[in-house]
Amino acid sequence: MVREAALTAASRPRVTSQTSNMLRFLLVKLAQLVPTFIGVTIVAFAFIRLLPGDPILLMAGERGISAARYAELQAQFGFDRPLVVQYWDFLKGLLQGDLGDSLVTHSPVTGEFFSRFPATLELSLFALAFAVIIGLPAGVLAATRRGKLLDHTVVGVSLTGYSMPIFWWGLLLIMFFSGTLGWTPVSGRISFMYFIDSVTGFMTIDTLLAGNWDAFLSALHHLVLPSIVLGTIPLAVIARQTRSSMLEVLGEDYVRTARAKGLSNFRVIMVHTLRNALISVVTVIGLQVGLLLAGAILTETIFSWPGIGKWMIDAISRRDYPSVQGGLVLIAFIVMIVNLLVDVAYGVINPRIRH
Amino acid sequence: MAAISTPAAPGTFRYQLGSFWKDFSTNRGALTGLIFITLIMLVALFAPWVAPHDPAMQDRSALLVPPVWHDEGSWRYLLGTDAVGRDILSRLIFGARYSLSISAMVVLLSMIGGIFLGLLAGYFRGWVETIITRVMDVVLAFPSLLLALGLVAILSPGLTSAMIAIALVQLPYFVRLTRAAVIGEKSREYVIASRLAGAGHMRLMFNTLLPNCMAPLIVQATLSFSTAILDIAALGFLGMGVQPPTPEWGAMLANAREFMGSAYWAVTFPGLVILLTVLMINVMGDGLRDALDPKMKRS
Repeated sequence: MVREAALTAASRPRVTSQTSNMLRFLLVKLAQLVPTFIGVTIVAFAFIRLLPGDPILLMAGERGISAARYAELQAQFGFDRPLVVQYWDFLKGLLQGDLGDSLVTHSPVTGEFFSRFPATLELSLFALAFAVIIGLPAGVLAATRRGKLLDHTVVGVSLTGYSMPIFWWGLLLIMFFSGTLGWTPVSGRISFMYFIDSVTGFMTIDTLLAGNWDAFLSALHHLVLPSIVLGTIPLAVIARQTRSSMLEVLGEDYVRTARAKGLSNFRVIMVHTLRNALISVVTVIGLQVGLLLAGAILTETIFSWPGIGKWMIDAISRRDYPSVQGGLVLIAFIVMIVNLLVDVAYGVINPRIRH
Repeated sequence: MAAISTPAAPGTFRYQLGSFWKDFSTNRGALTGLIFITLIMLVALFAPWVAPHDPAMQDRSALLVPPVWHDEGSWRYLLGTDAVGRDILSRLIFGARYSLSISAMVVLLSMIGGIFLGLLAGYFRGWVETIITRVMDVVLAFPSLLLALGLVAILSPGLTSAMIAIALVQLPYFVRLTRAAVIGEKSREYVIASRLAGAGHMRLMFNTLLPNCMAPLIVQATLSFSTAILDIAALGFLGMGVQPPTPEWGAMLANAREFMGSAYWAVTFPGLVILLTVLMINVMGDGLRDALDPKMKRS
């Protein structure tokens, strides 16, 4: 009893110091983000003002604009006030979730963005799941069979995947699976037969909430090709990283010790090696988020997927500058926040980094 | 004569080059990559002599002709023709000129800019470093293709804006690598010796430090080159890069998309060429990394 009490007493301060360490780590990371945050807002703010020529004339297009309307628009966008005041207003609006109105639909950019974001998120999650489910085991298997045919295959395939122009890959898959075989739909999130109320914005969840099993299958069916296309590069990166960090850990002394203790090969691989190798793999998986959002632009264009990637492309080609500006800033925020979470997760699973 | 047969003394440039080549040439993949890239560069350079047709010539009597191995194919158009009767092979050959030269310019621009900024940041540290790294963090906060698209929207779609946009997106990687390498080298004895000998800032930065920081930069340059080819093609595909009728690989794909159902060859070959080129550069880059920097060697 006494010994136990002494033990808990001794361990208590250590626990609190660990949480405070963690908290400090989190705060430092957050503080480091502030300058980047401000930089992103400046870039987004500068965006409309960097356009060559008068932005209002540009927005008006070839039809031209009356002097009265010009003055009205100038006042509406605040272009008649000093730059610093304009920036301050932009920042204030941003913190209140107001990024201006789209020039095309005249509805708020924030609303437009977040009504489409679930579509991109759903696609990205499925793509990431595809990449992890195949990439992780492939990397582990390659590392355990180093130099064998399987290893060479995994390395070769992942190098090819990494070099893949995904817009072409998407077209090829459509030609083969949708065209020749007729297995998968060519575009959209769900068959036109179904009308599903948007609750979460995730088609797979909404169809289940509606209790419509056929619609759910149709949504899944529509997800197959886009997820493969978007997941190809992350798959290659994850397989490659898993393989190399597995190989690194397999050479460590403690793995040799585990083998010397007579543990089964499976146990050595799964418990002693994989758990430590996963540390760097988790980071790499987290870093795919920016890549997924960039890839979503191409994937959504090919599959007419109604997400933010396609929305951004449309905004750029329609010269809907407030939407482009708002989209840029929101996407950058999302990437920054996810990267922060990855950093924190990395700190949790790898305590060495916190100090 | 004797100079050729005696092995170069360790430490000399010729010795380093020799040992680099020994490492590089034993890597069969890397060698294949090098040969492929050299070939494609030669083809691009001599395009007017290599290509069987004028890439802009429209043969109205041969619209969407399939490749030669089909029954309807003809030896006149080895890889078939597109929807307006242009020879796909010739367009691919001329397209290599655009893809390779634009990407080379991208790498050159971002490498020069990145080395300069990275040297400043790593050499002077302090507020110079803080500003430079913060600005680069901002660039990295945007997904690269998205930022490039935004920049192209500002600069108006076209070859030059695509080139500038992608060079800017690639810049942070060179800055970070140079800065890290400079910080690592700065406290080494030879640098201190050089400073004590009276070398000025410029001499220390560009003559003393830079040559010893080049290995990771060369590896990064090959990676940037392949990324640039992909990004240029992606911008072309989205209609924001090189504009049609220029035979750029990505723009060719965008044109061929409509005829996906009827003319697979118009879609397949441009993408295949992009994939092969990028793959070969990456394979070569892996070999370069292994040969140049044993510390970074992939297990």
